[in-house]
Amino acid sequence: MALIDVENLKLYFMTRRGPAKAVDNIGFSIEKKKTLGLIGESGCGKTTTAMSLMKFIKPPGKIVGGSIRFLGKDIVPMADEEIRQLRGKEISIVRQEAQNALNPVLTIGKQITEMILEHESVSRETALARAKKQLNLVGISDQRINSYPHEFSGGMKQRAMAAIATACNPKFLILDEPTTGLDVVVQRQILVMLRNLKEELSLTAVFISHDLSVVAETCDRVAVMYAGKIMEESDTVSLYQNPLHPYSKALIGAYPSLKGARRQLKSIPGAPPSLIDPPPGCRFAPRCEWAQSVCDEEPAINVIEGRRVACHFVNE
Amino acid sequence: MSQHLSKTNKLKEFLHLLLSHPMGFFGVIIITIFFIMAIFAPFLGTVDPAASGEVDNLLMPPSSQFWFGTDDLARDIWSQTIYGSRISLTIGFVAALITVFSGTFIGLIAGYYGKFLDEVLMRIVDFFMMLPELPLMIVLAAVLGPSMWNIILVVSLVSWPTTARVVRSQVLSLKERPFVESSRCIGASNFQLMFAEILPNVVPLMFAQAVLMITEAIYAEAVLSFLGLGDPISISWGMMLHSVFESGVISESYWWVIPPIVSIVTLIVSFSLLGTAVSDVLEPGYKEKKGY
Repeated sequence: MALIDVENLKLYFMTRRGPAKAVDNIGFSIEKKKTLGLIGESGCGKTTTAMSLMKFIKPPGKIVGGSIRFLGKDIVPMADEEIRQLRGKEISIVRQEAQNALNPVLTIGKQITEMILEHESVSRETALARAKKQLNLVGISDQRINSYPHEFSGGMKQRAMAAIATACNPKFLILDEPTTGLDVVVQRQILVMLRNLKEELSLTAVFISHDLSVVAETCDRVAVMYAGKIMEESDTVSLYQNPLHPYSKALIGAYPSLKGARRQLKSIPGAPPSLIDPPPGCRFAPRCEWAQSVCDEEPAINVIEGRRVACHFVNE
Repeated sequence: MSQHLSKTNKLKEFLHLLLSHPMGFFGVIIITIFFIMAIFAPFLGTVDPAASGEVDNLLMPPSSQFWFGTDDLARDIWSQTIYGSRISLTIGFVAALITVFSGTFIGLIAGYYGKFLDEVLMRIVDFFMMLPELPLMIVLAAVLGPSMWNIILVVSLVSWPTTARVVRSQVLSLKERPFVESSRCIGASNFQLMFAEILPNVVPLMFAQAVLMITEAIYAEAVLSFLGLGDPISISWGMMLHSVFESGVISESYWWVIPPIVSIVTLIVSFSLLGTAVSDVLEPGYKEKKGY
């Protein structure tokens, strides 16, 4: 059974010039203990989608339709207080700005225990013991429990964030570009740490990144987003070996690879469309080299060998 | 290794840092001296400061019997100066405590919730800020009778808005910081965000405000007492200045004027020094900058 099941989700930003369709009619589901990657250019709605999974949307953003079922229960109509109790406890998040996401005047131990005490009625001692365990789990010595964030390196801050996020044993973890801004060696360590954490806590996760290689390494399935829509959703290996949607092809073609023959990287001509007034039909059509008149109509989602592709020509 | 410090060690470390800060050192020393004066007043070679002496001893200049001389009722000025520190310190601390706690609370609520609540609270703040201190004091003295508590009441009433405003503006910026958002993201309640996340960031500001309020309250006591609005029975530095002014011998009796003035100035300056030192030391990273 899927842990989280998103159907026809629409999230619009109500701007003065009309609604910006940041997330428009997308659907996906994630099986237990699996990781879904969300990739796409900046501004394509990856983070917005992820934040909507915990209903953390600031005005003028608004979910205007669809459902997000977490363990069979729709979180879209939930009241603020109800969803707040889910956040951190059941659904948690590791965000990208770890460098500033820790409270500068509280020790790391204090920040983890606060998190535990907020969601569970345990004693302070129990919470403290769990905080130490949590630190060990993410690869920080529990002797650092009384350290302040400024005494940590960038990688350690990201580890600490992961320790806080998973302190209450959530079932579902959103990883919003957790390795952005870290050098490759530290990135590697963080990825390994996250993988261990996921196994240790049997986590289901969604992994957002624009780094295709990181996604390839960590995710079971990948959804390619473009201008607020999912273009293709597929298992990772098939997507990288044989992208079906023209946009997936272009995106993968635009990314350098260490293996294989040296080749010229291909960029995608044009710019992403306005989300207030998107092109009719397929949103990628204006930049697509195979576009034809039929592309002015909304493409159906074709299912091919368990892969879901939104393109008219995918069968050809 | 700073990582392994327990709570008591933290306090020790804080005191150590404070005392190695030059301003903190002088502030702490002078304030401690004043505290000792206030607490051990009866044992410091004093006589009852309110008791009038022999007629022969009126307006005596400093001598071995009267260290600081006597006033026009032959009361010992040394004793008055010592006992006066009690009033100043009490008023300073009580008023600062009331002001800083109420001001911080209001500022935190207004800044955090914003919108309508902020508007309402800030208009209330404006109202209290505009209250004229002296007329209010005169009215209260007339209605309630002059006393130390009325001075505390008036000082608190007119100074909490300053703290509220300062804290509010700090909270406005703090609540937009990523760490608040990321705590909210993982399910922190409004209460937790306000008191566990934002409030600790405001603590250095609270200390700075507290020191400011202490100095302001001491100063206000001196001014109000000098104008004859203080408690006429109590012995305070402001009352001493009031008496010397009333007596009409101010130009001849320097020994009566100098002690209260020097005391007020010294105490206020030392609190300012302490305030600067405390906010320096509480700044995260100060320890590392100083190489600890």
